[in-house]
Amino acid sequence: MDATATTMEGVSKTPDVPVFYLEEEHAHAEGGSTMLGFWIYLMSDCLIFACLFATYGVLGGSYAAGPSPKDLFDLPLVAVNTAMLLLSSITYGFAVLAMDKGRVGQTQAWLAVTAVFGAAFIGLELHEFAHMIQEGATPQRSAFLSAFFTLVGTHGLHVTCGLIWLGTLMVQVARRGLIEANKRRLMCLSMFWHFLDVVWIGVFTFVYLMGVLR
Amino acid sequence: MFNNPDLLKAIFGRLTLESLPFHEPILVVTFLAVALGGAAVVGAITYYRLWSYLWREWFTSVDHKRIGVMYIVLGLVMLLRGFSDALMMRLQQAVAFNGSEGYLPAHHYDQIFTAHGVIMIFFVAMPLVTGLMNYVVPLQIGARDVAFPFLNNFSFWMTAAGAVLVMMSLFVGEFARTGWLAYPPLSNIGYSPDVGVDYYIWSLQIAGIGTLLSGVNLVATIVKMRAPGMTMMKMPVFTWTALCTNVLIVAAFPVLTAVLAMLSLDRYVGTDFFTNDFGGSPMMYVNLIWIWGHPEVYILVLPAFGVFSEVTSTFSGKRLFGYTSMVYATVVITILSYLVWLHHFFTMGSGASVNSFFGITTMIISIPTGAKLFNWLFTMYHGRIRYELPMMWTVAFMLTFVLGGMTGVLLAVPPADFVLHNSLFLIAHFHNVIIGGVVFGAFAGIAYWFPKVTGFKLDPFWGKLSFWFWVSGFYFAFMPLYVLGFMGVTRRLRVFHDPSLQIWFVIAGFGAFLILLGILAFLVQIVVSIRNREALRDVTGDPWNARTLEWSTSSPPPPYNFAFTPVIHDNDAWWDMKKRGYERPLGGFNPIHMPKNTAAGIILAGISVVFGFAMIWYIWWLAALSFVALIATTIGHTFNYNRDFYIPVDEVVHCERARTQLLSGQA
Repeated sequence: MDATATTMEGVSKTPDVPVFYLEEEHAHAEGGSTMLGFWIYLMSDCLIFACLFATYGVLGGSYAAGPSPKDLFDLPLVAVNTAMLLLSSITYGFAVLAMDKGRVGQTQAWLAVTAVFGAAFIGLELHEFAHMIQEGATPQRSAFLSAFFTLVGTHGLHVTCGLIWLGTLMVQVARRGLIEANKRRLMCLSMFWHFLDVVWIGVFTFVYLMGVLR
Repeated sequence: MFNNPDLLKAIFGRLTLESLPFHEPILVVTFLAVALGGAAVVGAITYYRLWSYLWREWFTSVDHKRIGVMYIVLGLVMLLRGFSDALMMRLQQAVAFNGSEGYLPAHHYDQIFTAHGVIMIFFVAMPLVTGLMNYVVPLQIGARDVAFPFLNNFSFWMTAAGAVLVMMSLFVGEFARTGWLAYPPLSNIGYSPDVGVDYYIWSLQIAGIGTLLSGVNLVATIVKMRAPGMTMMKMPVFTWTALCTNVLIVAAFPVLTAVLAMLSLDRYVGTDFFTNDFGGSPMMYVNLIWIWGHPEVYILVLPAFGVFSEVTSTFSGKRLFGYTSMVYATVVITILSYLVWLHHFFTMGSGASVNSFFGITTMIISIPTGAKLFNWLFTMYHGRIRYELPMMWTVAFMLTFVLGGMTGVLLAVPPADFVLHNSLFLIAHFHNVIIGGVVFGAFAGIAYWFPKVTGFKLDPFWGKLSFWFWVSGFYFAFMPLYVLGFMGVTRRLRVFHDPSLQIWFVIAGFGAFLILLGILAFLVQIVVSIRNREALRDVTGDPWNARTLEWSTSSPPPPYNFAFTPVIHDNDAWWDMKKRGYERPLGGFNPIHMPKNTAAGIILAGISVVFGFAMIWYIWWLAALSFVALIATTIGHTFNYNRDFYIPVDEVVHCERARTQLLSGQA
């Protein structure tokens, strides 16, 4: 068996017969496709938002004799809310820097700060929604409000999922430390979190600022 | 306690005993048949003690080959259901003349044509195409599995979960009566207050998650896991079409998810997206769903084009003509498929300029498609053509698809479309391209790769019988519809008053009967082939003298596909290896790193079925419970870090030695 193997290897190295297979098992970086795969998933998620933005673009002016953005939007509140989300992105960035240095405690601390900012964002958004619904501006009132609540609510739902994911990862980091698998997961969540930030900038500009100007 | 309506409502939602269709004899008989058949299958599996084998080796398997086979089995099983619907429609339309109401009440007939469309596209064509890609692509690129093996298993089970919900609607409640795309306002709660549209929504949403994730998975696999030396322009054409198809899946299915989510909000919460009042716009739905729907037809047909490319070059004994133009044609079709969606509703008043734009983009698609056809013809030109079954399907495709393509260009002319819109001419056109393209492609692919999957060829006699029944049946069934379309007959009609039309419907019904014989012959072919497997056995792993890498492995391939990672020098990698004196390595094996099986996929999909069912029937407590269970199971799964193992070197040596013995027995 061994003798044959040597001949085989010998044959495959002669110049006129090229190498047709790798003899060594080269170590695959485990999860080497994860970042790409997750990025592709994010782009598909981005398309869901694109549809909701498009729908808002078409239906955003259909007030059905109900309230318009000018009557409803409280820009200072939304500005505070936006600040919460942007700050949470920065603190997530700090968490990743700490992760790269291998500092578990620091990573966890920054993740916790991120979670607080994220939760504040969700809290303020819920407060805004509750206030609007109290005033009779429910999702059922007009196509504009249906599109508004669905677009902003879908974003909020994503942030909520991100928070659950963040909590899960904090437990996993606490249990197993910054092993390769956990680092990969933290990087995926990082992409997810920053992606939501970018989407929010779209929401803030397109829905709130332009809505008040409209 | 059981007389309290509020309590019953809290427990069962709107599910009552009346929801079971005891009053429809056709459904009762069908249910009995399905129940007896199901009991027989379950009994047989139990009798032969196959449950634990199926669970260990198939249901929980993350092997792309096993998952590919399961997709194809799902597609074939659902084909029987979708085709039964077709037969019932053909029979109804052939007899409902001269004052006869036919045998199907409107309530039932409308469900049948909706279910037929939904099942054929989502649960027959999609699983067949995804199954072929899943099985073949990793082998063609020299990989050991897909990029995310667990996700692959999960995707399959989510698709199966969607199919389960559709099947459930047959016996518990009812399916949508809206047509396969469920346009509002008809599909909105005001006009469809029953569970039909909800079955539609949840089965497509659940299956859609599976489709999207399998798209992500295969794109990542093709981009990241190709064997060394396989540059993009050295990929086999089937892999190219799979790449483009999966890019389309990733770029199109989110739109379906979003639009169905908005329709569900309209139905469940009372929002005003697609309503007639409060500023809603039903046209928004029609636009969005076709922005998904048009790419969807290319999602289905591109892999079929890939199959035909592989088959043509293999059975002509020649390198594929115009590889580069083939790749560019595929990419151009991918891009153009996003720029034509409005041709599905020229008549809805977008104005002449918009209609012209979409008419012209539609016609432009025929250019890359035509280029492909010429490439296949030139591949055959001066080739030594072997008319084995896959090649027969390919030639039938070329003839049939050209016809369907031409009627498509005809429909792309807006003024002509104003006459033919929603007529049976349209029905004939899209069956012409979907059967002639996707279904023939799936059968060509199954016949071509069957020996790779099982180690023996399909029986040629029954295969040819099935082929001739299918092809002639197709022409008998759909050519009359072109005629009827020109005569002004619209789609989805249940009764007719003009007796001169009847003969055409009778001919179409005869065609459907021939196709039935074709399907039966296909099933017989499988049984006969399994029985005669020793006579049909192929020990070489390369029964067709083929050209791409999957044929370099044994049939069936070992779990790890390749003992050593192959190195690629040419488009037709395996042909190149054969020509330049490749010799199989016989020693020096290493242990191989592989993913572990997991039950998480089937469990999550099972809970999704419960969740979907609870949402459909307004059983809110169960919906909440199953939703929490879904999240908890997902989180629980992420705590399992122990996901891979090494196939010990002894096992690799054992597998490879068995193959060596087979090969030398051959020589």
